[in-house]
Amino acid sequence: MPTFTAYPTKGYRVRVSTYWWLGRWAYLKFILREISSVFVAWFVLLIILQIRALGKGPEAWAAMEEFMKNPLVIGLNLISFLFVVFHAVTWFNLAPKAMAVRMGGKRVPNIMISGPNYIAWIVVSAVVAWLLLRG
Amino acid sequence: MPDKIALEVARYTPERDKEPKFETFEVPLRKEWVVLDALNYVKDKVDGSLSFRWSCRMGVCGSCGMMVNDEPKLTCATFLTDYAPGPVRVEPLKNFPVMRDLIVEITDFLTKLSKVKPWIIRKEEKPLSEGEYLQTPDQLDTYKQFSMCINCLLCYAACPVYGLDPLFAGPAALALAQRYNMDSRDQGSDERLDILSQHDGIWGCTFVGECTQVCPKHVDPAGAIQQYKLTGTQEWVKSFLMPFGGK
Amino acid sequence: MLDISSTDVLMVGGGGAGLRAAIAVAETNPNLNIAVISKVYPMRSHTVSAEGGAAGVARADDSLDEHAYDTISGGDWLPDQDAVEVFVKEAPLELMQLEHWGCPWNREPDGRVAVRPFGGMKKERTWFAADKTGFHMLHTLFQTSLKYKAVTRFDEFFATKLLVDDGRVQGVVAIELSTGKIQAVTAKAVILCTGGCGRIFPFTTNAAIKNGDGMALGYRAGAPLKDMEFVQYHPTGLPFTGILITEAARAEGGYMINKDGYRYLQDYNLGKPEPTPVLRSMELGPRDRLSQAFVKEFEKGRTIPGPYGAVVHLDLRHLGEKKIDAKLPFVRELCQKYENLDPVTELIPVRPVIHYMMGGVHTDINGATPLQGLYAAGEAACVSINGANRLGSNSLAELLVFGARAGRSAAAFASSQPAPQRHLLAQALDEETRLEQEFLNKTGGRERIATIREEMQKTMEECAGIYRTGPQLEHGAGKLRELQERFRSIALDDHTRPFNTELSSALELSYMLDVAESMVQCALHRTESRGAHQRSDFPARDDRKFLAHSLVKRNADGSPEVSYAPVTITRWPPAERVYGK
Repeated sequence: MPTFTAYPTKGYRVRVSTYWWLGRWAYLKFILREISSVFVAWFVLLIILQIRALGKGPEAWAAMEEFMKNPLVIGLNLISFLFVVFHAVTWFNLAPKAMAVRMGGKRVPNIMISGPNYIAWIVVSAVVAWLLLRG
Repeated sequence: MPDKIALEVARYTPERDKEPKFETFEVPLRKEWVVLDALNYVKDKVDGSLSFRWSCRMGVCGSCGMMVNDEPKLTCATFLTDYAPGPVRVEPLKNFPVMRDLIVEITDFLTKLSKVKPWIIRKEEKPLSEGEYLQTPDQLDTYKQFSMCINCLLCYAACPVYGLDPLFAGPAALALAQRYNMDSRDQGSDERLDILSQHDGIWGCTFVGECTQVCPKHVDPAGAIQQYKLTGTQEWVKSFLMPFGGK
Repeated sequence: MLDISSTDVLMVGGGGAGLRAAIAVAETNPNLNIAVISKVYPMRSHTVSAEGGAAGVARADDSLDEHAYDTISGGDWLPDQDAVEVFVKEAPLELMQLEHWGCPWNREPDGRVAVRPFGGMKKERTWFAADKTGFHMLHTLFQTSLKYKAVTRFDEFFATKLLVDDGRVQGVVAIELSTGKIQAVTAKAVILCTGGCGRIFPFTTNAAIKNGDGMALGYRAGAPLKDMEFVQYHPTGLPFTGILITEAARAEGGYMINKDGYRYLQDYNLGKPEPTPVLRSMELGPRDRLSQAFVKEFEKGRTIPGPYGAVVHLDLRHLGEKKIDAKLPFVRELCQKYENLDPVTELIPVRPVIHYMMGGVHTDINGATPLQGLYAAGEAACVSINGANRLGSNSLAELLVFGARAGRSAAAFASSQPAPQRHLLAQALDEETRLEQEFLNKTGGRERIATIREEMQKTMEECAGIYRTGPQLEHGAGKLRELQERFRSIALDDHTRPFNTELSSALELSYMLDVAESMVQCALHRTESRGAHQRSDFPARDDRKFLAHSLVKRNADGSPEVSYAPVTITRWPPAERVYGK
């Protein structure tokens, strides 16, 4: 029997399955949340590539646009968008757990920590959308 | 409501059995009965060799934690009727080595508990004659939730990190460390910081959050750990910026 | 298959008293080796279930003499007054020490420790931690004990016998539950801290582990048990489970009402009903009188019939949700979980259930028994400070005061003793043989453990309940003798060694039978009514004959023998117990 721990233990150890994360919805949600960081990284890479293409001139930009129009890339970006939203929502919802803000001796309700995050997100998104779409 | 329910119980006797197997018993289904009552019925009337831990039967001693239909539960606080028509599957607590039937080995937790120094650390003790350390109700409130831990270890059964890496300190030990860190009478945060900021301490936690979900006493160990990650990071930054110990 | 360890001071039992004693030994003499043997992990000990609080004089308008008087009168003049004086003096210091160790006592707004009123006390002096005082005290003690490297714990070791040689107790034999191996631990001093024996009765607040282990171990080794006939019924336990609803519910203002919604305690010399609690009156009277009132109400047909017997109601509705959540959150949780009702809007069904043993192993005010090397503290001991009836919140304070005192005196004794001799191991080997022959390897038995246990419990409830008579007690004694005989034909299903809980259940049953027998004998001989021991055939208190402690010792043939010892009276001559004035 392999030893998993540095401390001596007696007893029968039940092996943890490689598919442990399929056993509970909470675990699956957790793994998806962690994987979402990969898609966040993809968006960051995409922005870097776009900026690089912009800097290199009109042909490079046209090639970038062709690339972006590719149905596979659109599909990937759609999935990534969903994951990024999931990432943001789970992050905002978990933030109050890590920050136990106390005012007047009582713990501030969670909505007062996550709320402002959501509001800031919506406001910034609205401003960016306005900038992009007005002209 | 039928008057019987099937109880599938994991059985294992070391040196005799190669691995755990299940045995099914039919037990009465009474509306006041908890799963523990059903286990005691089996032990008293049917098969006295069924072994399990229990004591207070009111959810405060923490002895009777087991997996009931794959969920970590206190069997003294889990009603049979919630599982009607059954069957009810009772197994030993997950992520711990099984010693016998429904009994698991928990010395790992006790070792980890000792490691986090769960006692009041003070630079100087006040003599008893000078009375109590003053602590307002609000100060008591900051750590009270974390002090409610009954050491039932359901959180360890729910934690996938502990399941995969038994070196991880685990939710309860870390929450109890934080209970003392937040106690206004304690001055030991620095001492605990080194122990907790290790790879197997708070940084082993990936905030799955299931520990908080299953805790029967609403201790919120996940919250305790994330709060301490914030503190731990702040301390690290401070040590970086003020390496010669500004406190 | 025998393991041997040796230590200097050994605690049997790792609850409040055992842990406090261990810490006291470590602080008295850091060179001593200390061992704590417990059949469960220490944080599972029954101290954890205590709810209400721990008493210690705290306010300027209170005094040690008043606490002493409340305790002595509460005990119907059976407490030893020198012990009570020591107790009331040291209780506040011990509670303060626990505060320094981190116990989360409830606080006043200015940061000082808060106190609440409690049954039988004329002034407010009960320190509390929400309504989970025992839980917080035990975890504070356990976590603090982890600091002391001199303390070795033997977790889940079941003590089966005291090692006695040359008139001295020199250790224990125990089963290492996880493997079934027999362990002999020799020691220069042994302290019994195993708690009470509520499980000899069918309805009890007590956990499964309260089987009188230490009382039986001491009794079998030759130590006398004292005042065994005095068992306390807590007036407010939940029906069916017996789960405790703390006295604090009444201290915060709860009413006890019968089927007509009438606060019936006013009919029993406990004062007049007021809207808010009055100390030492009505619902804040002593527990024995409240439990007795229930029986009288039942006889008058004024209790409410229920599926698990008659009940009365505890009314907390007028306290309001805010107060209940602040001061009685655990009570609310227990009612919702186990009775499916919310005390904020509904009445709680309650009945008297067995809660505490005033009696136990006879000790002096330093925790020493007459058997050299043997000490006892906590519910397992009888000093006596509780006498014929214990006041609520005195027991948690008692654990600390006498746990520490027993620890200190055991430490002093152990420092002066030579190491135990190796020839004790012969006794340990004999014990191993006995366990194998009488239980593990035995074939051909007929009786199930549960059958005998249930019959014992039924007998005790019928014959040694709140009101007793001579003929009933005689019948009970006969039945218990029969059960002892039938115990010899017990058959185990489990003949394996690793974690054999059937074996430990059988041993627990044998302890309970011994304790039950001694209890009934003491009750038979005491032909008077005092405190919690009420004889319908002798309804008056008889100070002339019975202002004395019952002592019961085991004869060579195993039968119990009862004798009497005087009560120590210092400054409070016996008087009438008066409540409600």
